[in-house]
Amino acid sequence: MDKATVKKVATLARLAITEAEQEKFATQLGGILKWVEMMGEVNTDNVEPLANVVNIDLKLRPDIVNDGDIRDAVLANAPEALEGFFVVPKVVE
Amino acid sequence: MAQILKGETGDWEIVIGMEVHAQITANSKLFSGASTDFGGAPNTHVSLVDAAMPGMLPVLNEMCVEQAVRTGLGLNAQINLHSEFERKNYFYPDLPQGYQISQYLHPIVGKGEIEIDLPDGSVKKIGITRLHLEQDAGKSIHDQHPTKSYVDLNRSGCALMEIVSEPDIRDADEACAYLAKLRMILRYLGTCDGNMEEGSMRADVNVSVRRPGAALGTRCEIKNVNSLKAVQMAIDYEARRQIEIIEGNGAIVQETRLWDPAKGETRSMRSKEDAHDYRYFPDPDLLPLELKHDWVGQIKETLPELPDQKKHRFMLSYGLSAYDSSVLIAEKVRADYYETVAQGCDAKLAANWVINELLGILNKDGKAITESPIGAANLGQLIARISDSTISGKIAKDVFAEMYATGQTADSIIEGKGLKQVTDTGAIEKIVDEVIAENPDNVAAYKSGKDKLFGFFVGQVMKKSQGKANPDMVNDLLKKKL
Repeated sequence: MDKATVKKVATLARLAITEAEQEKFATQLGGILKWVEMMGEVNTDNVEPLANVVNIDLKLRPDIVNDGDIRDAVLANAPEALEGFFVVPKVVE
Repeated sequence: MAQILKGETGDWEIVIGMEVHAQITANSKLFSGASTDFGGAPNTHVSLVDAAMPGMLPVLNEMCVEQAVRTGLGLNAQINLHSEFERKNYFYPDLPQGYQISQYLHPIVGKGEIEIDLPDGSVKKIGITRLHLEQDAGKSIHDQHPTKSYVDLNRSGCALMEIVSEPDIRDADEACAYLAKLRMILRYLGTCDGNMEEGSMRADVNVSVRRPGAALGTRCEIKNVNSLKAVQMAIDYEARRQIEIIEGNGAIVQETRLWDPAKGETRSMRSKEDAHDYRYFPDPDLLPLELKHDWVGQIKETLPELPDQKKHRFMLSYGLSAYDSSVLIAEKVRADYYETVAQGCDAKLAANWVINELLGILNKDGKAITESPIGAANLGQLIARISDSTISGKIAKDVFAEMYATGQTADSIIEGKGLKQVTDTGAIEKIVDEVIAENPDNVAAYKSGKDKLFGFFVGQVMKKSQGKANPDMVNDLLKKKL
């Protein structure tokens, strides 16, 4: 893991990190990845990926409207709101 | 026929693939119980799941799964009994989770195919690459404040089907025909209302150009193409732009471009350096979706007759032309209306009346066929009265206008206004005799060889009978008497 990769991942995650931190995280993340790579030593040929260990099916819900109409709760933590909208710094691509 | 564009240095062919986002018709959202109704007050159709409050978990709506499968079957596509949800990561204020739950490596629907009808009457097959389920984002409003954007999450979490086509489309006409046919199929299936103005169907268009038959060129993805007209204009503009660049020894950069309907141009949205890196990975909140073969079979059995099947049936069983059939099947309600009309009368005559008279006036008044003041059975009755010689085709048009204005039945108008065609030989003969007696000069002229005057006599008789005399009988009697 090099500094450039750390910088790119940080940008994608919208994290502002300093030069010094890039160095530090490159070492740390490199160590973590190396450790996880040990998994590669296990032979997984012909083994299906496991999505859960208790063998249950995905639960579905019926198509019923039983939620919503809680605007105040939805907006309660918003730093800024007006007339029912969230208000954020201007974003136009 | 695929369109060939002439450049400075030779011919160019356009290659187009489409990505259509269609909002699934369902009462509640893909992963929450909030309403999907359009036009609610801001942030009222939002659950804590849609607002991405910490700890909230998505629970999949079974109706949305069923609608996706139904659509896949309608697109003649493979249904994948195993599919998976993944997180597509990006940051935007109208995406509170910081990721969209979508499907990536394992979509619910695989390869399929639909037929499109081209303006010259020919038919072309367009491949479907895949259909997958995903969440819609919220809506940002940028023009209400100089330095702020307003965010409404009502649409956040609504279920979308992203339907991706193969790059089989060769010009703007084909692209429009594809979009129109796809919309028709979705509406027949009842899986999306196809309303482009409200944004329940949105298209992204991938455009590249190449020398005819050469390998694929570099493509640009054009967003914000939200009407058939915009599709047409955006493709024509973008193809010209790319040809100019290549012919000027430049290279096309793979990028996302925005269609600007006001300026009539596409412009770069993001440069390649900040091209999105979505870092897809399986959503740990959702297990893989496993469908039962029998369940898919049950849905297949409830599929309605689809547009192409209906078109072919209309041609075969009613003897209609391909064109008339395609006009009638354009909407399911229209096709149903026609079939009710045709039950009680001549099928071809019924097609003429529905297409030329009824759709003509409804169109003029900006009304849908469901708002027609004339019921289908009633129109059938009118046409039956032409066929059984109760009224002439000409009188029928007056009756039709009266029916349209008042909503009364054909028979009650014919009865009430005394419009019944006169088929009594004696009565017609009497009028014919009168006309001959009143026009001795014309009779003489006719007998001396002015054949054209025959029309004059017919006109006079019809006038005297207030249009009610049977035209065939008038002709016969006049010929006999003159």
